[in-house]
Amino acid sequence: MNFIHPQFSLALPEMILLGMISIILIADLFISDKGRVVTYLMTQATLVLAAIATAAVMGADVALSFNGHFIIDPLASLTKLFIYLVSMVAFAYSRSYLIERDMYRGEYFVLGLTAVLGMMVLASAHSLLTLYLGLELLSLSLYAMVGLRRDSSQAAEAAMKYFVLGAMASAMLLYGMSMIYGATGTLNLWEIRDAVAEGSGHSLVLIFGLVFLMVGVAFKLGAAPFHMWVPDVYHGAPTSVTLFLSSAPKLAAFVLMIRLLVDALPALASAWSDMLVIIAVLSIVLGNVIAIAQLNIKRMLAYSGISHIGFLLLGVLSATPEGYAAAFYYAIVYAIMSLGGFAMVLVMSRQGFEADELSDYAGLNERSPIIALMMLFIMFSMAGVPPLLGFWAKLAVIQAIVAVEYYQLAVLAVLFSVVGAFYYLRVIRIIYFDKPTERRELKPANDLKVIFIANAMLVLLLGLFPESLMNLCQSAFIY
Amino acid sequence: MPQYRRADRIHQMLENYLPVLIFIAVGLVFGAFMVVLGMILSPSRPDDEKLSRYECGFEAFAGARSEFDVRFYLVAILFIIFDLEIAFLFPWATVLRELGLFGLLSMTLFLAILVVGFIYEWKKGALQWE
Amino acid sequence: MFSDMENLTLAIVLAPLLGSALAGLMSDTLGRKGAHRVTITGVAVSLFLSLYLFNHLVFAGGATINQSVYTWLVSDGIRFEVGFLVDRLTVLMMVVVTFVSLMVHIYTIGYMADDAHNWPQESLAGRNSYQRFFSYISLFTFSMLMLVMANNFLQLFFGWEAVGLVSYLLIGFWSVRESAIYANLKAFLVNRVGDFGFLLGIAAVLMYFNSLDYVTVFENAHLHKDVMVEVIPGSAWSLMTLICILLFIGAMGKSAQFPLHIWLPDSMEGPTPISALIHAATMVTAGIFMVARVSPLYELSETALSFIMVIGAITALFMGFLGLVQNDIKRVVAYSTLSQLGYMTVALGASAYAAGIFHLMTHAFFKALLFLAAGSVIIAMHHDQDMRNMGGLRKYLPITWITSLIGSLALIGAPGFAGFFSKDLIIEAVGQSQLPGSGFAYAAVLAGVFITALYSFRMYFLVFHGKERMDEHTRHHLHETPWVVTLPLILLAIPSVVIGYLMVDELAFGSFFAGSIEVAKSHDVLAVLGANFYGAFAMILHGLLTAPFWLAAAGVATAYVLYMRATWIPAMLAERFSWLHQLLLNKYHMDSLAAGIFGSGSRWLGMGLWRFGDTMVIDGWMVNGSARSVGWVASVLRHIQSGYLFHYAFTMILGLLGLFLYFIV
Repeated sequence: MNFIHPQFSLALPEMILLGMISIILIADLFISDKGRVVTYLMTQATLVLAAIATAAVMGADVALSFNGHFIIDPLASLTKLFIYLVSMVAFAYSRSYLIERDMYRGEYFVLGLTAVLGMMVLASAHSLLTLYLGLELLSLSLYAMVGLRRDSSQAAEAAMKYFVLGAMASAMLLYGMSMIYGATGTLNLWEIRDAVAEGSGHSLVLIFGLVFLMVGVAFKLGAAPFHMWVPDVYHGAPTSVTLFLSSAPKLAAFVLMIRLLVDALPALASAWSDMLVIIAVLSIVLGNVIAIAQLNIKRMLAYSGISHIGFLLLGVLSATPEGYAAAFYYAIVYAIMSLGGFAMVLVMSRQGFEADELSDYAGLNERSPIIALMMLFIMFSMAGVPPLLGFWAKLAVIQAIVAVEYYQLAVLAVLFSVVGAFYYLRVIRIIYFDKPTERRELKPANDLKVIFIANAMLVLLLGLFPESLMNLCQSAFIY
Repeated sequence: MPQYRRADRIHQMLENYLPVLIFIAVGLVFGAFMVVLGMILSPSRPDDEKLSRYECGFEAFAGARSEFDVRFYLVAILFIIFDLEIAFLFPWATVLRELGLFGLLSMTLFLAILVVGFIYEWKKGALQWE
Repeated sequence: MFSDMENLTLAIVLAPLLGSALAGLMSDTLGRKGAHRVTITGVAVSLFLSLYLFNHLVFAGGATINQSVYTWLVSDGIRFEVGFLVDRLTVLMMVVVTFVSLMVHIYTIGYMADDAHNWPQESLAGRNSYQRFFSYISLFTFSMLMLVMANNFLQLFFGWEAVGLVSYLLIGFWSVRESAIYANLKAFLVNRVGDFGFLLGIAAVLMYFNSLDYVTVFENAHLHKDVMVEVIPGSAWSLMTLICILLFIGAMGKSAQFPLHIWLPDSMEGPTPISALIHAATMVTAGIFMVARVSPLYELSETALSFIMVIGAITALFMGFLGLVQNDIKRVVAYSTLSQLGYMTVALGASAYAAGIFHLMTHAFFKALLFLAAGSVIIAMHHDQDMRNMGGLRKYLPITWITSLIGSLALIGAPGFAGFFSKDLIIEAVGQSQLPGSGFAYAAVLAGVFITALYSFRMYFLVFHGKERMDEHTRHHLHETPWVVTLPLILLAIPSVVIGYLMVDELAFGSFFAGSIEVAKSHDVLAVLGANFYGAFAMILHGLLTAPFWLAAAGVATAYVLYMRATWIPAMLAERFSWLHQLLLNKYHMDSLAAGIFGSGSRWLGMGLWRFGDTMVIDGWMVNGSARSVGWVASVLRHIQSGYLFHYAFTMILGLLGLFLYFIV
């Protein structure tokens, strides 16, 4: 047995994160409740360090390590950088919310960081083994985060549902992976690709494996018909957890999908593309239609998230590099918008008041015009109104499917984005035209308010100057 | 390491599972055999005490759906975490000589991370019964 | 060097924008003084840098600057960029715009000093109106600079719409006045008609040239010279004619040419400084500038040139007539502006672009002067604008009087004054033109000279001479306006006198515009005139012998007789020719025509479409119908989300089976 030492330096960001998680976990034990801000700052510092390390190992070339289980390519590095960014914003948003609800504990941040570590492993995974490892690390952390508020029966119910369904999805994914392994005899993604291309795999087993993989991936993304957990979990989880859950992990799930479908099974593109058509159509239709009937803004955003995932899938199912880039762009854009969307709820809420009913937003414009305007930007962006960010994302994926001549699909997507506009605009109507039910002054914490405004302005600015982000996304898919 | 054709490798891999298949078959047959043997040979004289549910450490006074002290689970979960690493240590120990210093350091690191978890649970008071 | 120029051009554009943003967004913090200081500083920086560029390009012989600053987006291989093309034509416009703008900024300090009186008590809109006004005029300066400095049609259109927007905001500045709201809506709607043509023109350029960049389009223009397009099936048009006329329709809206002129007189509802800046000196000349800028295209279509010339001639003459019967001091100046814009347009039609731009420049100075002087009179008269209540103001407002006289002389083209050179050139150029319609245009511009002199001096005599007709209270308070008002008057009076004499040689006959404006050999009327040009002074001497001079003199004399001596004649004429008088008072019924036919017609059409199309088909069936059905579906589907874990798991299994089924069947 000849043993080759892996090139550890490529995994420097992951190692930094793991080390820091251990340090924070121990350090937090010795920090009193008053000094909890140290834990918070260490968490943010960890992400900054990881970003620096990622930028340092990032290169234009593709590099493999750990016997081909680990890869550094532009997609991995870019995804990681965006995950750090989104997570940092999510943690910053959470701070004041956690303090007000007696949840400001080290576990929250440690679990958040392990979730980030899981996403990083996922982003750099280059074999079925590492993919699964990252996915489970991510999922387990998230289950625990959802249930972090033990005294809330809603949160406990959400966590339970999430865990059971998530375990089921993981099992299916694992089952699918075992079939792929059985058919090709290897775990390495590129070797799988070559094996399938050679035609040595059993095609029926491959297709069966693919279906199971697809179920697992669709579950993690929250695409219909594997979306049932999304509204309940988003609704039941503490808002700050929902915010985290709905943003960064979607990026990771997107990479999971790209790794499995594009890196490992490009030869089955015609098959998975067809499956994705079904899933995307169901997601867009169900997400947009059911969102209309929601009166709870977290549930509404959950269904809106399902429809956004449907749009994202449009980019992937085109099976072209342009389409993948468009989907990547969509994933990032969705993460940014989703942060803003749930931050709306955080900004409105205060101790003992969750502000998650639509009627809580009535007449917000009279209470705080600036926050109302920022919410307007975010809602318009989600609805895909030019020139905001969401418009370019929708345009990019629709262009991608038009380029491969899926015209009916494009028409359907546009039609249902019009249906979707209804419930986004309803929020704006409530904010601007309804009579306020309470006149109490809105006093969000300063950091929350500033980041929220920055978040909304980013939606506007990136919308006015869409070029740079789009180019970045395209650079991830040029080999 | 000789280079096999891929199909051969798959074939070989599946061959490795043959013993498993045989084990399953033997297990099924043996299990069925024992049950049937018992039914035929053993005397059957049931009484209340014999038919009652058996539970380790508890009075069997209610149904299985009764409430259960959550601390049992806690201990069980903690035990599993620290027990499972043994499954990792045994194979490692057998090839430690070949892995050399690198292997030793790797396992040290692994155990160190585990110790972090241990410190955490200790400090949090998870090991105290009361 | 390249990068320096880029920074320089950016600074010119952004300085007023920054001033505007500061004054507008931080109006409470800055206060009134802070607001006018930052905006004036911004515009002054622009003016200074523009002068530097002028020196660099004109005297130091620097090369034309053409660079893209930012790529906004790339779509289908066509780049949409923000970029600057600064050649001599542009730099001339920049200096004119920033100079007049600076003067107007300073003047505004005096004019808007007690603006609070124009608003009802506690009016929310009246809060910080002073700062808002400064913010608007600086924003206008930014927009106008974007327009003239553009190096592509898209940015031209951006500037075009942005100046239109600011114009709209400023006409309706006193938003509590019904008439101001009516006027700005009217200006907006009429300009929309023009802009529609303009946008179609730009679209046509994009369609056939695959580029919006000026240089690319002009270089390839000759390739499309003979292309014919069928706009209406069965009738082929030359592509160039189509593009040029469409673009010119935009110019007709913006530069208020007949029949889209109807918004300009009403725009006088805005405060006087903006009448001077926007509706006399700069924005309304955007159309003239645009035609000169795209002269390489216009030179390929004689049809379009003829069209322009005839439209210009109609405007020049008939709008002059209307000035004769107005009693509102600002409206007289407004109609005079219309008429002068007609002159510039005629010059464009005769391919004498240089003469048109030359007149644009001189007109900017003397018309801004006249407007600001009118504003000064209005301040002194406590915002009474009716000339019938004035008279004999000469001794109360000496500086205003003398500068008004200079402005009027420049306007009528008294030899030696700025207007003389530019207007004479236009008349002679039209006389030389061989295009169809030039005969009519020549007659119209000649007759226009007489009319111009008549209404200008009618106003002058009515305001500054004769009997003092104001009431006792007003007379008692009459005094010269503060220095912030008179200083711009004096500074504008200077170029109104000398700029023509200094520039005529270089601008009209020299090679000033070489490379900026293209004129086909067969159209080059200015070259014909240039052959007989022996210097500015000789031109003045020659001017004393020509028809325009005598016509102008006759106009002044007639005005003197009618309004100083035999003041009963105008009343008698009005009675004798009452139908004509009524026709003029009703502005040829153009307003009622527009309101009656287009206004009511489109409202009727809109009502019909609203009732049937919108309310019934779209609202009733499509929107509400589909919304109802979507709402119903949603209310049914939400019950799938039962909350039971096993339902969810079951759904997942069903989904899995569904996917299998899809592949196996």
